[in-house]
Parts: sequence; C-alpha cells; structure tokens
Amino acid sequence: MKKRWICLFVENEIGVLASISGLFSAKSYNLDSLTVGITEDSTISRMTISLTSDDKTFEQIKKQLSRSVEVIKLVDYTDTPIHMKEVLFVKVNNCSDEDITELFRISKVFEVTIIDYDGTTVLLECTQTENRNNDLIALLKRKFVNRIEIVRGGSVAVEAVSISER
Amino acid sequence: MDRMTPDFVNLSIALRAPQLYEETASLIMKVPQAFLSSFTEYLNKMYEMGKIPEADFDALAIALWVVPKKIGSMKASTRIRKEKLYMEITGAELFVKALKEEDVTTLFAYPGGQAIDLFNALYGEKDIDVILPRHEQGLVHAADGYARSTGKVGVCLVTSGPGATNLVTGIATANYDSAPLVCFTGQVPTNLIGNDAFQEVDIVGITRSISKYAVTIRKREDLAETIKKAFYIAKTGKPGVVVVDLPKDVQRAYGSDVYPKEITVRGYKPNTSVHTGQLNKAMDILNQAKKPVFLIGGGVNIAHANKEMTQLAELTGVPVITTIMGKGAIPTTNRLYVGNIGIHGSYAANSAISNCDVLFSIGTRFNDRITGKIEEFAANAKIVHIDIDAASISRNIVVDVPIVADAKKAICALLEKAKPLHISEWTNEINRWKMEYPIDMGKVGLTPQMIIQSINEVFKDAIITTDVGQNQLWTTQFLDIDENKQMLTSGGLGTMGYGFPAAIGAKFGNPNKDVIVISGDGGMQMNIQEMATAIVYELPVIICILNNGYLGNVRQWQEMFYDRRYSSTCMRYRRSCETGCNTPDHCCPEYTPDFIALAESYGAKGIRVAKEEDIKTALISAKQNTKTPTLIEFIIDREINVMPIVPPGNSLNDMILESEESTK
Repeated sequence: MKKRWICLFVENEIGVLASISGLFSAKSYNLDSLTVGITEDSTISRMTISLTSDDKTFEQIKKQLSRSVEVIKLVDYTDTPIHMKEVLFVKVNNCSDEDITELFRISKVFEVTIIDYDGTTVLLECTQTENRNNDLIALLKRKFVNRIEIVRGGSVAVEAVSISER
Repeated sequence: MDRMTPDFVNLSIALRAPQLYEETASLIMKVPQAFLSSFTEYLNKMYEMGKIPEADFDALAIALWVVPKKIGSMKASTRIRKEKLYMEITGAELFVKALKEEDVTTLFAYPGGQAIDLFNALYGEKDIDVILPRHEQGLVHAADGYARSTGKVGVCLVTSGPGATNLVTGIATANYDSAPLVCFTGQVPTNLIGNDAFQEVDIVGITRSISKYAVTIRKREDLAETIKKAFYIAKTGKPGVVVVDLPKDVQRAYGSDVYPKEITVRGYKPNTSVHTGQLNKAMDILNQAKKPVFLIGGGVNIAHANKEMTQLAELTGVPVITTIMGKGAIPTTNRLYVGNIGIHGSYAANSAISNCDVLFSIGTRFNDRITGKIEEFAANAKIVHIDIDAASISRNIVVDVPIVADAKKAICALLEKAKPLHISEWTNEINRWKMEYPIDMGKVGLTPQMIIQSINEVFKDAIITTDVGQNQLWTTQFLDIDENKQMLTSGGLGTMGYGFPAAIGAKFGNPNKDVIVISGDGGMQMNIQEMATAIVYELPVIICILNNGYLGNVRQWQEMFYDRRYSSTCMRYRRSCETGCNTPDHCCPEYTPDFIALAESYGAKGIRVAKEEDIKTALISAKQNTKTPTLIEFIIDREINVMPIVPPGNSLNDMILESEESTK
C-alpha cells in the first residue's frame, strides 16, 4: 500500500464530479481526498485526487478513470516532483492564558497563522502538505482534548518547475 | 437545387412580391418539410452569391418566420440570423432528423407524458419503424437483441420516471455484454428538475455506473451534438449503452436544424491501431509453444472477426476454446473447436486451459465464471491477452503480453505473421479428453440435449436467443453454431427475462432468419407480456420453453450444495403444499399458467411436447408457421442437472462430471 496522487483534467459539466466519485465507490476504491476547481480553460476542471492503494489496484483505478468519457487527461503525480498544499482551519475552544501562549508557540514552530481570536477561542490557519497538517492535528488533539474543531480542504497539487523533491 | 417543382416556382414568385406575407405563408404551408429545408439552403447559397437582393431575402425570411407564429402547428419556422437563413425546428423534430441521419430504421419506443412531443414528431414518419413493446424492460431487451443480431445501434425511446427506471435492468444487461444501445428518456422540463416533479427521476444518476455514458441535455443548442456523440460513443471502441435524457422544454424549443456529420470527443479516443512490437512478442510466444490454446471471448463475435479467427486457428492448428460469449467465434463443428471453458464448460476445454503452456486470449475479461479458483487458473501458462478495453487487461488475471486492440484488427495482423505449429501430441491429448469426457446427458428421452440437438438439425439459418439459467447453460453446451447461426445470451449480467424480448428484437432485424428462443418456465414469465408484441407485429418467433417447474439452476445448487433445501424455487408450489417440500412427485399441483392456453389467448400457436419422438414434429411445424409466434412447451424431467460443474471455490479441472444417480 502506498500513497498516490493523480491529477485529472475533466469536462466542466454537471455530474462529472458525481461520475468520478461514483466510480470510486462503485468499484470499492479507497479515496483519501478529492479537490476540484475550474482551470484557465473554463470548459475544463482539474481534480487533485489522493488515495492509498497497492500497485495492481492503482493501475485499475487509472485505467477506469481514463476510460470515462468525461476524463480528458490523467497525470500520475505519485513519483513526480510536485508542489502540494492543503488548507486547514483549526478552532481551539475554551483556552486558558497558558493554552493561548502554547498555541502561539505552536504556530511559530509549525508555520501556522493565527487568523482570529477572542480571548478564549483561537482560530489557526495552516496551508501545508497533507502530512504536515496530519502532524499538526495529532499534536493539537493531544494537547487540547475535545476542544478542537477541524476543517480541512483536501489537497491541490501542481508539477514542480525546477525542484526535484517534494 | 436542380429540380424546378411547382412549389419552388410559387415560392420564387412570392419572393418577388414580399409584401404579400399572408399569401407567401399559405404557399409555404403546402410545401413539404424536406423541400423547405433544401429551399432554405438554396436561398442561403443564392444570397451569398449575390443573386438575391437583400431586401427580398429579408422579406422572405420574415415571411417564413411569421408563418408558424400565425398558424401554430406549422412544422418549422425560419428566422433571420444576421446574414443567413436558418431553418428553425423543434428539438423533437431535430431528434427525428438525427435518427434518420444515424440510419435508424427501427425504434423501440413506449410513450408517456414527457416524451409526447418526440412521439408527435415521429407521427407518420415513414423511414422509421416505431415499435411499441408492452413493457419498457421488454423494449430495451428487444433493442439489445436487435443490436446484437444486426451489428447496428439499438435505439430506445421512453418517457421519464417509471419509463426510464424500467430500462435499468436492460441497460445493465446490454452494457455488460457490450451491445451498442442509445436510450432516449423523456425528462421533466429543466426548470422542474430537482423539484420532485411528477414522473421525475435522475436517470442519469441512476444509470451512471451501468452505462458507457449518460447525459442530460439542458440546452437546445447542445441537442444535435450530444445525439451525434451518443451514437459515436455507443458503437465505437468497446460498444456500450449511452443514455440521453431529454427534458420536455428542450424537445419543444426551436433551434438550428443542423446535425453534424462528424464529431470528436476530447475525452474519448477509442483505440484504432495494434501495437506491432507487442504483437510480435505475442507471436514469438505462440510459435515456441508446445501446448498452446486460443481462448476466445465475446470480443471476437462483436468485432465480427469469426472468419478471420477461423483462418487463424486453421493456419496455426491451435485448438480453440471459447467463453459463453465467444461461442461461435469459430464454427462449433470445426475440428479445432474444443468447447466452452468455465464452471459448466467441457472437461476437455477446462483441462486444456489448466495444462496449456501458452494461453492466447482474445476479447475476454476473465470473469469469475470462467476462471474458477483464480490461483490455479492456467497456472503454468504464459498468457497473451488482446482486448479493446485496457481496463480488462491484467485485472483478474495477470498477463505476460497485454495488447490493447480491436479483435478483428489484431487477428488480421496476426494472420500475416502466423505459421503452422507442430503440436500434434497436444491436440491428440485434447481430442482424447474430448472423446473420453464429452458433455452428454447420457440419457434418452425428452432431455434438453435432445431438444437442442433437434434444433441444430431443423434450423440451419437461425438466431437462437436464450434466457438465463439451466436453459442457457444447456444451450451453450449443445447448440451448434456456424456462419449462418448466432446465439444471443445475457452472459455478463445473467438477466432472466432477456431471451424472449431479445428474440423479438432479433426478428425485427432479421426478418428472413428463423429466430428461436430457448427459455425456462421461470424466465419466460418475466417478460411474457411481449407475446402481444410478437403477435401484433406478426413476428413468427419460435419459443421453446424447457419446463421443469423449477427455477432450475438455483434448485440444482440447492440440491448439490444446500442439502436439497428447495427454498423458493418450486414453480408449482401452492399455499396448500406442505412446507419444506424437496421431492417433486406426480401429486404436485398443476403448473400455472397453462402455457398453451396462454399462447392461444394471445393468438399464437401452442404445442406441448411430453415425449421425445414429438420434438422434431413440433419444431418443424413451428418453422412452417410463418404467421404467428409458436410456443412449444417441453415438459422435461423436473430434477435434471447441468453437468459437468466446477463447484464453487474449485479450480477449473476439478469438476464434478456426472450427477449422482440417487438424485435423479
């Protein structure tokens, strides 16, 4: 099992998102995240899909996606240098002064921005890779048990221009 | 426009007196639609060449445009579009035009509220035979049978809601077996979609995973292109089903009458070439083989590559094994034909697969029904797999040489490189298996084997459809197929109720061939309402019901693997029977319905056959009845089994060859 990344160019039409996500559920493929947005060409949408699978299933997934009429192009990002980011909001409730100090400390280490605050509630914004966001969430869950609210957006990815590693 | 018809002359006169709109309008009313269309084209051309003064051109355009507003029911209007005259027609009229452009001559259609405009446009249409089956499921299976037997696209038209949902099983059936269908469904107007309107369903959402492509047309201007796309996608590559959902407002809206001649779809590029390098590799493997076999699936039949496949087999001398869908890829009487593979395949075929050193497969997806225990499938073989669908390759079975290609193109390319192989030891071994373990019911009497063998003898130029279950399996075991015969069966989805309507569709497409359906008493009752269709369209299809009073295939499994617990499989059960019955005897209640009386009530001929010696007489008299359908009910042994069988979980060559005598 391995983490995979797919960039999918699809027709910007009603029902295409349902068709792609439906394929994953119909064939019992595991899907970690899927984001979609319109591209510079307004008739085309671009999806970034992350999933975890073995090699054989992944080959099937790529073939099945490619065979959809709505799919214009599929690019496998799994082993290519890419930039990827995921937006994450974390709201921490019922904070004491100590908690707040701690949160400001965490924000420095993790390159997190505190974007809103009212004395007891702190709102953090983090735009990092999925993995780094996972690490941050793990830390916050440990420190602020049952006091956090998480909103994450799914990853977007783009091929690197000149860097050779992620 | 070369011909000067009186109408044209009148219109030309009107053109010179453009102020007389009313008069022009009444003239236009008398002009046939097709003429008006070409007249408009002619006017456009003349105008572009500067032969018509601008004022006259505009005046005529206005006249043509005013008419329908006044008359209302006028078939078409035109409108000035800056410099050009366009014919404006309704979506429904464009729909009919599109069907004609796609060479659709038979349309399987059932009307309803949201399709009424489409039917209105079809009214009186001479070039399209509009067929009204009795249920949408029968309708779609008929279109499927028509498509499979003619190679043309089968076209369905139904209304929204229940009309559309009744298609679902048939769509899945056709798509699973790669039969090309385009299914048009009426839909509520676009402004009502999502409102839970009367007879509204999201048919595109429902059929997305069981069709090749499904789309709702939301704008009148997309109509022509989308219909073109639908036909293109349905019939190219791996054929399949396309669902086109047509909201009522799109059907009624006026727009351009242009239907494109060609289309490209950027996300859909069916494979058209064969990779030479891979093909050479495959050929090298085949040439070095000591024990090669061809495993042929439905792809070869769909590509109509039967002749080429026979040549390839004969040139190389390599034995041919088929799947159920591939049966008939080469004539079943050919000496190189071994038999069907699979859980009810022949011992020789399954053993050959298990023992071969090269498995050269074309157009099969290695479905679980043919592989048996997957770890032991062709365990010692190098596997070549040719398929049009990249997703079918290395899905169930990992192959050594994958080739994505159309079966016919690949076989033709192989023919150029093929040479005779010296494998007589291997072919002798296979022939020995064939001789020692033939598929044979080993009984005389009114057995399915006798019935199907008689069909082989009586019908030489025929299409045979099957239902699903034992009747289907026996047919695939005993039916002979050559270049004059074809078998249609629901292999992938296994849809009971398929056989009879599919036969009706096949007869529409092949009026000069004998069309026979081999069905069971269960499956026949699933679409029996289509008797009326066969009667009213005067289709002399021959219906052979193998009646054992059971849902026989499930009963066989219950007998063999579930301790004879005949749960819900007895078709003669009545409430007054004692529960837990597992022993049919002469005291069982009468069968319902009386198939003979039923056939007669529809106006068909009914023959009941209870003795072996009456089989042929019945078949011959059915063949001679060219006026109405003939239903022959064969009363067969109630607990007769399909043998041999690979029990679930076993490998292919681990078969049970004969029924235990005690269970008979």
